[in-house]
Amino acid sequence: MMITMEHVCKSYWIAKRNAGMKEACKALFHREREEIRALRDISFTIEDGEMVGYIGPNGAGKSSTIKILSGILTPDSGQCLVDGRIPWKDRIRHVKEIGVVFGQRSQLWWDVPVIDSFLLLKDIYCIPDPVYHSNVDELTELLHLKELLRTPARQLSLGQRMRCEIAASLLHSPKILFLDEPTIGLDAVSKLAVRDFIRTRNQTHGTTVILTTHDMQDIEALTNRILLIGRGEILMDGTLEEIRRGGQTIDETIAQLYQEYEV
Amino acid sequence: MKKYISFFRLRFSMGLQYRTAALAGIATQFAWGALEVLAFRAFYETDPNSFPMSLSATCTYVWLQQAFLALFAAWLMDNELLESIINGNIAYELCRPVHIYDMWFSKSAANRISRAVLRSVPILLIAAFLPAPYGLSLPAGPGYFLLFLLTLLLGLAVTVSFCMLVHVLAFFTISPRGLQMIFVSAADFFSGGIIPLPFFPPKVQFVLELFPFASMQNVPLRIYSGSMTEPEIVKAFGLQIFWLLLLLAGGRKLCRYGEQKVTIQGG
Repeated sequence: MMITMEHVCKSYWIAKRNAGMKEACKALFHREREEIRALRDISFTIEDGEMVGYIGPNGAGKSSTIKILSGILTPDSGQCLVDGRIPWKDRIRHVKEIGVVFGQRSQLWWDVPVIDSFLLLKDIYCIPDPVYHSNVDELTELLHLKELLRTPARQLSLGQRMRCEIAASLLHSPKILFLDEPTIGLDAVSKLAVRDFIRTRNQTHGTTVILTTHDMQDIEALTNRILLIGRGEILMDGTLEEIRRGGQTIDETIAQLYQEYEV
Repeated sequence: MKKYISFFRLRFSMGLQYRTAALAGIATQFAWGALEVLAFRAFYETDPNSFPMSLSATCTYVWLQQAFLALFAAWLMDNELLESIINGNIAYELCRPVHIYDMWFSKSAANRISRAVLRSVPILLIAAFLPAPYGLSLPAGPGYFLLFLLTLLLGLAVTVSFCMLVHVLAFFTISPRGLQMIFVSAADFFSGGIIPLPFFPPKVQFVLELFPFASMQNVPLRIYSGSMTEPEIVKAFGLQIFWLLLLLAGGRKLCRYGEQKVTIQGG
């Protein structure tokens, strides 16, 4: 069981025009489009039970990669296998085995208590009763959700909601967890709680974790391996120690890397 | 199947909690119904014989329409679904082991039914106590009432699957507003949402009755008051089934295609 990506490419078309009324009228008849190559020739392999940090500046292609791996996006070319499945071809069978958290979106139903969203997920993933209950108990304990489960999602603070989101994506005991900026906007306490939880989950359940983030402390606390992506290409694949030289802080190291690769 | 029933259940129980909206809805629908009844009364006073339905049947049609508005009004699109496409929250839905079309269908149906459950009973009760011929009369017979219930459900399914087309088409456009407006206006007018279909000239009515719009509220509301003959009922029933199957198959296919080419922007 592992994740492989080979020579994956994905482009988007973006409509462009200059400012102003005249240009807007011109665009009615002739539309300029520019091809953005979000991913060009991405290849990597991730082994079972690894915790990998996937970093890069905004617009580097991190989210596109996560979306391809989770079966949402179909790449233009290239191979991708997760546990023997092609994610976008076999979407329904594939997503049963993975958990995804998009830090900037919500999967909880806005107007109903969190526990109702959980019960729905139980039915969606066909989770057997005993598994569901033991998972909810475990997640409640580790993420301190006891008081939150009966509250409607709209009345949770961001930190509380994120803890519930993470719990929601683990109810069906996925073997692989994709986290797209899970600590974005969280305060220090919540960040620490989330990191702590992810680390424990990896150690106790052997869950493979792939994490994108701009928070370098996340990377430092969680991952041993880093994939650096810039302009749609993998620029570096190594451990934190390999990347860091001397006594620099991790933020300085990364900033230097970005400069070095001109991304 | 259980998955989709759960979607239905959660959406349904969520719809039930908006009590103030339901109260406001009841007041609006009641006022609107009264207005229509008064307008029809004025028309009928000039010459009752030039109308294809009796005043009492027309008033019953109006009250049933107001009571079950949430089941059939095309403008009650599920904005949540459209927004999930616009803002990209559909990313999460695509991460679930469910068929998008079936999930949306059950959500939409639940949304409509939960609204109708809250609103219909008070309106029907009040309308039943209005003096004849302005109120809601009893069904034309027990058989008609059963047929009314059956075609009501079918009409709901046709309405939902029709609106699903608009939802699915949103995959292909930047904003679904334009499509929504065309579809909604067409559906409202041609389904008998503004005036009952028998009020159109016979030739126009003949053509309109073949359209999918006529398979929505037109059938149950007319069967209830007995203003459809037996062969007409059989034809209308057959058309309902035909359009439902066609809309479902088309919508599913289009949705499958949309999923393939979806790109979730931003984030």
